Amino acid sequence: MLEIRDLRATAGDKEILRGIDLTVNPGEVHAVMGPNGSGKSTLAQVLAGHPAYKVTGGSIRYRGEDLLELEPEARAQAGLFLAFQYPVEIPGVSNAYFLRAAYNEIRKANGLEEVDSMDFLDLLEEKLKLVEWEPEIMSRAVNSGFSGGEKKRNEILQMAVLEPTLAILDETDSGLDIDALRIVAAGVNKLRRPDNATIVVTHYQRLLNYIVPDFVHVLSGGRIVKSGGKELALELEARGYEWLEDAVGAAS
Amino acid sequence: MSDTLVQELEARAGTATAEGPEWLEPVRRAARERFARTGFPSPRDEEWRFTPIGPIAQGTWRSAPAGARGVTREQLAPFLFGRDDWSTLVFVNGVYAEGLSRTALLPGVRAGSLAEALRADGALLEPHLSRHAPIEGSPFTALNTAFLGDGGVVHVGAGAELTAPIHLLFVTTAEAGGAVVHPRNLLVIERGARAAIIESYVTLAPGQSYWTNPVTEVSVAPGAWVEHTRIQRESERAYHVGLTHVDQYRDSHYRSFTLAMGGALARHNLHVRLNDENIETLMYGLYLTRGEQVADNHTAIYHDQPNCRSWEVYKGILDGRSRAVFNGKVFVKPEAQKTDAKQTNRNLLLSDGAKVDTKPQLEIFADDVKCTHGATVGRLDELARFYARSRGIPAPAADRLLTYAFAAEVIDEVALAPVREELDRLVLERLGGL
Ligand SMILES: Nc1ncnc2c1ncn2[C@@H]1O[C@H](COP(=O)(O)OP(=O)(O)OP(=O)(O)O)[C@@H](O)[C@H]1O
Ligand SMILES: [Mg+2]
Repeated sequence: MLEIRDLRATAGDKEILRGIDLTVNPGEVHAVMGPNGSGKSTLAQVLAGHPAYKVTGGSIRYRGEDLLELEPEARAQAGLFLAFQYPVEIPGVSNAYFLRAAYNEIRKANGLEEVDSMDFLDLLEEKLKLVEWEPEIMSRAVNSGFSGGEKKRNEILQMAVLEPTLAILDETDSGLDIDALRIVAAGVNKLRRPDNATIVVTHYQRLLNYIVPDFVHVLSGGRIVKSGGKELALELEARGYEWLEDAVGAAS
Repeated sequence: MSDTLVQELEARAGTATAEGPEWLEPVRRAARERFARTGFPSPRDEEWRFTPIGPIAQGTWRSAPAGARGVTREQLAPFLFGRDDWSTLVFVNGVYAEGLSRTALLPGVRAGSLAEALRADGALLEPHLSRHAPIEGSPFTALNTAFLGDGGVVHVGAGAELTAPIHLLFVTTAEAGGAVVHPRNLLVIERGARAAIIESYVTLAPGQSYWTNPVTEVSVAPGAWVEHTRIQRESERAYHVGLTHVDQYRDSHYRSFTLAMGGALARHNLHVRLNDENIETLMYGLYLTRGEQVADNHTAIYHDQPNCRSWEVYKGILDGRSRAVFNGKVFVKPEAQKTDAKQTNRNLLLSDGAKVDTKPQLEIFADDVKCTHGATVGRLDELARFYARSRGIPAPAADRLLTYAFAAEVIDEVALAPVREELDRLVLERLGGL
């Protein structure tokens, strides 16, 4: 589904991603961990097509296409979804309107008919239940004045409505209380299907108790320095990152 | 200064006594003399420094031909909010058109033309007409007062509550080309009354050049609640220089929303004087310009008394090579302690060629007050744009959405739902839909 080869990216003069290789197959869950500033969000944003980052080398193939050739909207229309580490506030646009616009644009791009607001409300009602949320939140402006946890939950609601093929969750667990974490994780799990895949960026093993990964990767200094199974997350929890950085230092 | 105008003023001097009550003649005469003395403001005049009134001052403007010849109610449909049941006073080229108007008024409420009111009873008018908006305030006000003849008069009696807005609709037709109209409105909201009034300036001849020079005086008695909506969508080749002066009294609430999207040059002055304690004033504005349009908003709030609150938000969206001017004055007298005043002006530039001159002007002479102001000029938020695109919304649609959202934030402040929805629709249409 996703094949990243030797991906290099910069922001301004700063090289942030320095040769990333990652393959994600349908049905898989990959966890990406790593110290602050190691490039996790940059990787996520590059996948979504953020204009601030310049890809200077390597390739990304997504469902057989050259992802880097696609505009951000075309990526979303092709089923890619990024839950932002810092969801953006859009004052003046209601959450319901925004989500319906996105839903319809994606349908349109895929040759499906747009849905009217009544039908959309039915769909929304069902998805709100998935994240255990009251409909009131939908008439508020997108993320405007939302608490940190509400913003994260809103990302998952969007994901539930848009039903992506590849979802990238960038620290969706940070800032969530224990109940919210359980709700969000349950939501993600309910959306799992054999034909879609998830990349979860997280600092905490705790989330991975709920969303159990098939693979865990450690990103450090813009490279994946170690990959393993779910037990790697436990090891990181116990030992931190330093031993890995030392190992990499010794090897290079 | 325009010779034609002065000639007309002189001609009026001979005939004016015939129209209207006796007390009015000295008012008109003083205004006439005032304008003859001052002429149009010069570019050196600080109040008019950024307002290119050259085409007005140098133009030869004739009086608009009277009468609503050929105008039908159907033609007005786009301006009626889809509400045939609202009381609407229609003025065609400045003159009241009874046949096009609808009035279904509650007891205690009167709405009609100024011309008729001047003929019938001066008693209501005399304490108000030209008592709120001084002719010394601006040469344009003096000119309007000199030509004062028709416009809307709304009187909402003590304790009356309007259930639907009253709409004063000023329409120009192709026959107004090259002409000037001087609408004069008076809105008197008595003690404890509740009213919504809409004032619209529209055209049936979008290609025409003409000049509208309106003055509206508003009196908000103790305990009254008023929502005043002003919609200016003149021809984009027209000139519009308007003034609204509001006097508020104890415990009253006045909220204004002005939408300006027409005119080659459109200037509006909104002045609100808080004459007593515990008054609340909300001033919201939205201006949309494109091409070579110039939109100029000058607001002034006079905190003369303690314990009042004023809240102002004006927003502009500029495209093409258009220009906007915002000047917001807040005067706080020494006795106006505990004043709470906030002013915000935010501008969104959609093009490289657009330009904004924004200037807050606070003159505060009391010490125990809370007064803030802020002005911004910026582009669409890149991050919000990317966020929308990352959800599948194409860039042009994302831009329209964000632009609309910028406007919607201030439209949302309109209290009356049908008015708000119509403004919303209007703005959306102007921005090219979603
Ligand atoms: N737009 C940008 N301009 C300049 N530097 C940037 C930009 N974006 C990221 N960086 C830098 O690149 C590095 C990696 O940032 P990134 O946000 O990808 O880290 P992260 O692994 O997600 O960290 P965290 O765990 O704190 O979220 C950091 O040093 C950051 O300051
Ligand atoms: Mg990050």
